Amino acid sequence: MADNGLLESVLRLVEKVDGGTDSQDVAADLGVDHQVIVGAVKSLQALGEVISAEQKSSRHWELTGEGREIAEQGSHEARVFNAIPDEGLPQNQLMKMPSGKVGFSKAMSNKWIRLDKAHEGGPRVFKTVEAIEDTVRDKLQLVQKGQSAKLEDKEKNELKKRKLLSEVTVKSYWITKGSSFSTTITKQETELTPEMIASGSWKEKKFKPYNFEAMGVAPDCGHLHPLMKVRTQFRQIFLEMGFTEMPTNNFIESSFWNFDSLFQPQQHPARDQHDTFFISDPALAHEFPQDYLERVKKVHSEGGYGSQGYKYDWKIEEAQKNLLRTHTTAVSARMLYKLAQQEKFTPVKYFSIDRVFRNETLDATHLAEFHQIEGVVADYGLTLGNLMGILHQFFTKLGITKLRFKPAYNPYTEPSMEVFSYHEGLKKWVEVGNSGVFRPEMLLPMGLPEGVSVIAWGLSLERPTMIKYGINNIRELVGHKVNLQMVYDSPICRLDS
Amino acid sequence: MYLNNKMLFSIHILADEEFDELCFEFGLELDEITSEKEILIREQGGEKAEGASDVVLYKIDVPANRYDLLCLEGLVRGLQVFKEKLEAPRYKRVSPADGGEPQRLVITEETASVRPHAVAAVLRNITFTQERYESFIELQEKLHQNICRKRTLVAIGTHDLDTISGPFTYTAKPPGEIRFKPLSQSREYTAAELMSLYKTDSHLRHYLHIIENEPLYPIIYDSNGIVLSMPPIINGDHSKISLNTKNIFIECTATDLTKAKITLDMVVTMFSVYCDEPFTVEEAEVVYPDGRLSVYPELAYRTETLSGDFINKRVGINESAESIAQLLTRMCLRSEVSGEGDLIQVEIPPTRADVIHACDIMEDAAIAYGFNNIVRSTPRTYTVANQLPVNKLTELLRQDLTAAGFTEALTFALCSEEDIADKLRKNITETRAVHISNPKTADFQVARTSLLPGLLKTIAANRKMPLPLKLFEISDVVLKDETKDVGARNNRRLCAVYYNKSPGFEVIHGLLDRVMQLLDVKPGRNQGYHIQASYLKIYFNDSTFFPGRCAEIFSCGKSIGHLGVLHPDVISRFELTMPCSAIDIDIEPFL
Repeated sequence: MADNGLLESVLRLVEKVDGGTDSQDVAADLGVDHQVIVGAVKSLQALGEVISAEQKSSRHWELTGEGREIAEQGSHEARVFNAIPDEGLPQNQLMKMPSGKVGFSKAMSNKWIRLDKAHEGGPRVFKTVEAIEDTVRDKLQLVQKGQSAKLEDKEKNELKKRKLLSEVTVKSYWITKGSSFSTTITKQETELTPEMIASGSWKEKKFKPYNFEAMGVAPDCGHLHPLMKVRTQFRQIFLEMGFTEMPTNNFIESSFWNFDSLFQPQQHPARDQHDTFFISDPALAHEFPQDYLERVKKVHSEGGYGSQGYKYDWKIEEAQKNLLRTHTTAVSARMLYKLAQQEKFTPVKYFSIDRVFRNETLDATHLAEFHQIEGVVADYGLTLGNLMGILHQFFTKLGITKLRFKPAYNPYTEPSMEVFSYHEGLKKWVEVGNSGVFRPEMLLPMGLPEGVSVIAWGLSLERPTMIKYGINNIRELVGHKVNLQMVYDSPICRLDS
Repeated sequence: MYLNNKMLFSIHILADEEFDELCFEFGLELDEITSEKEILIREQGGEKAEGASDVVLYKIDVPANRYDLLCLEGLVRGLQVFKEKLEAPRYKRVSPADGGEPQRLVITEETASVRPHAVAAVLRNITFTQERYESFIELQEKLHQNICRKRTLVAIGTHDLDTISGPFTYTAKPPGEIRFKPLSQSREYTAAELMSLYKTDSHLRHYLHIIENEPLYPIIYDSNGIVLSMPPIINGDHSKISLNTKNIFIECTATDLTKAKITLDMVVTMFSVYCDEPFTVEEAEVVYPDGRLSVYPELAYRTETLSGDFINKRVGINESAESIAQLLTRMCLRSEVSGEGDLIQVEIPPTRADVIHACDIMEDAAIAYGFNNIVRSTPRTYTVANQLPVNKLTELLRQDLTAAGFTEALTFALCSEEDIADKLRKNITETRAVHISNPKTADFQVARTSLLPGLLKTIAANRKMPLPLKLFEISDVVLKDETKDVGARNNRRLCAVYYNKSPGFEVIHGLLDRVMQLLDVKPGRNQGYHIQASYLKIYFNDSTFFPGRCAEIFSCGKSIGHLGVLHPDVISRFELTMPCSAIDIDIEPFL
């Protein structure tokens, strides 16, 4: 840091002028190098609002080393001219002078001297004029005095070509008085210390102002994954609505629970190798509730419970095939079957949010595994209007209030409805979920009472998360290719705001 | 499928918005509004599109179970009935007009092993136009892809009846003994030759597998030995239909008789509209090997009786039986109030094979009423919510692990065998891994048996991030378990890694101490937790860790996992360069 004496000298100069002064002028006035003043300005700035300094840059002409030499000793040609006595000088002697070579040719072209090649004793140089005017030196001296403006551009460029002048950019400060201008320096404290508090000295101290423009230091902490943050919110919504969580911690499922129990026929395309991951080890499930299995077989192949059935040859071999569950509805089926085994039916509301697997073609929004959100309500006398009412409440908690429903097809629900919400940004209706009433062919073989309806809906967890966090490629969100910076930076999740 | 303006006009619709609304209401998906020209420009570039038609086309997706909406004829008919511009036609099976014998298809017992069922029918005096003809071909193709499950369940053959003469024989023969000129070929081939010829056919090669390895191939002959078709691969050239065909013989061979009947009903109900006597279909007899005789097409109308109260209670509306009957009639389900209370007689036509239960009728009433006209109401179901204990514990631990400075990762449950075995220096047979039989790539060979590979891959993908990297995941792995009905179970585990210039075992060890503190388990040998070096494991089993830098974790005397410094080979195999320590524990004992 520059010493206080210099700083105060600078301040006194600033005090004298109205409207400010250039740091270069300050340097000239105080007779110190400009860089020293630049340092002083920085020190003063650190003291707060004592001065205000605005950086500016200016271009100006400066002498080169050779230029300074000429300004002092005269141009090479003048030095050559002055070295020649009236009786002339042998050329070889002249050439030995420091400025000899350049000075000779310049003086020749100026016609200040002449060369007598035929002179006895060798070529000899003579003056041709009485006196000369050393304009080069004069011009350089002008520049040296800071009066380069008096020269024409053409002259300056010529001197530049001769490497006597150079144009330089100088960064300087325009210094004006600050809001707390003073010509005396008080040392500022950076931080409050325990000693100051103990001694009370803080009362007399001045404190260096904080830079509120800078960012703070990031706290040393861990971060939750955005998809899991959204999962937490969906769980919360279901719990607020009185839904109990289903045990979905079984990724491996039998075709029986994943398809057959849902009245999804064995030739259904979803059961194709192209859509579903089948398991080679352990390939088959080996335990089923036998009488229920018989009822499922019957309703598929022959019908019953008021249904025509699908009228095909239902095979246990197909039902035994293990797979990675394609939907959490397989767990809903297990739960509803369990409910039906209760002595007396009690209404239930179930939910789950867990992984499901599809052997599909992958793209920017589809992975082989994703999280399915599912809600299920079973009670006597539930209506399609009830399903819409619950969906309305559920989506309102997500901040979505404009809903409409489109008829759709799903093998295990009838009616089936696609849920659309109005997207204010896109100005159109977009699909946000699927829903329906489970078919009697699914519920009655389980042993649920005739009058019980089960309504259900589902959506993916990834899609609302991608929308919420503005992520376009699902791989940046899910899986090991995640961008950890995105995880670090992602805000908390409030779905309704 | 594409629909044009002219057809919309027949449903009395002019504006796009109105049509969009109608599709939504009816359960169709209006994919886009385009034109032949636009489609050509998009698919083949501007030059090809020059001179193409500008007529507006509406691209529509149809629900998967509505085979009656798969062709324009059916879709327009369905919408016209829905808009009450047309009464649903009644489809009739008739005997031959001249009083002659019906066409007959005789099935021989050889078909039993390969494709045992067949049904048939005749469309008389049909008038094709280019558009109608194309639609006829297209419907067959759509049915083949859809209900016929790529011809495995059912295959349709249509023939110019005037070029062949019955009775027809449906039999099965060794491929070498079958010889005929197939559609679009100029000479005769044996069946064996055809199979190799079609190996490179972009369309037909997908169906070869259905009969390829059978000793006998299905084949249909007329009374003169002319081949009609070799189902489910190709028809004969001799009986091919054209724009000028007047009388069509339709046969469907199948492995699923129900689907064959539905398929035949669909083809004839949709296209009998172009017969001189519209919506009539001439019967055909099918004789089974045991002498049984059936007459097709079935064109069965079925009547269901249900109450207005049932519909009202299930949908949540309050309509009179009369108005419900009217709603159903608009869905091609002709309905009448029977006069007894609020009972409604609903007639299900042969085009609506999707209606198999009263709930399907209920849905149609709701669609006709308009889903969005139904009052939304909250059910009064009273329940108390419960969390799944393992998820509740997971949620609580996740919060505190981030508070401890670790960041949550979310990795795939499926991975390659290499990830869980070779890369972790383990033998795949020891992993108890569940194997997938049909993975499209190596990334989906097994369900993970450890969370560690996913975390290490996450670090590898984020090597540019400042060190140290501290990651965790609490999620399920899958292990074979014979005590479960499916032979496998999930296991909830906590895994964390520390990746830095030094291994940081003490950091991971500190995390264990913190987790145990959170789980209220004190350090100690008996009732508490402790870790101990497991030299045997290092050398004979758990070779994932650096020798001497691995400990087994015990809680209440039970082994719950490991922690340690990863083996340098493991680090390199995951394309990492820094030392790394990890902890992996089972959290289910703490439930």
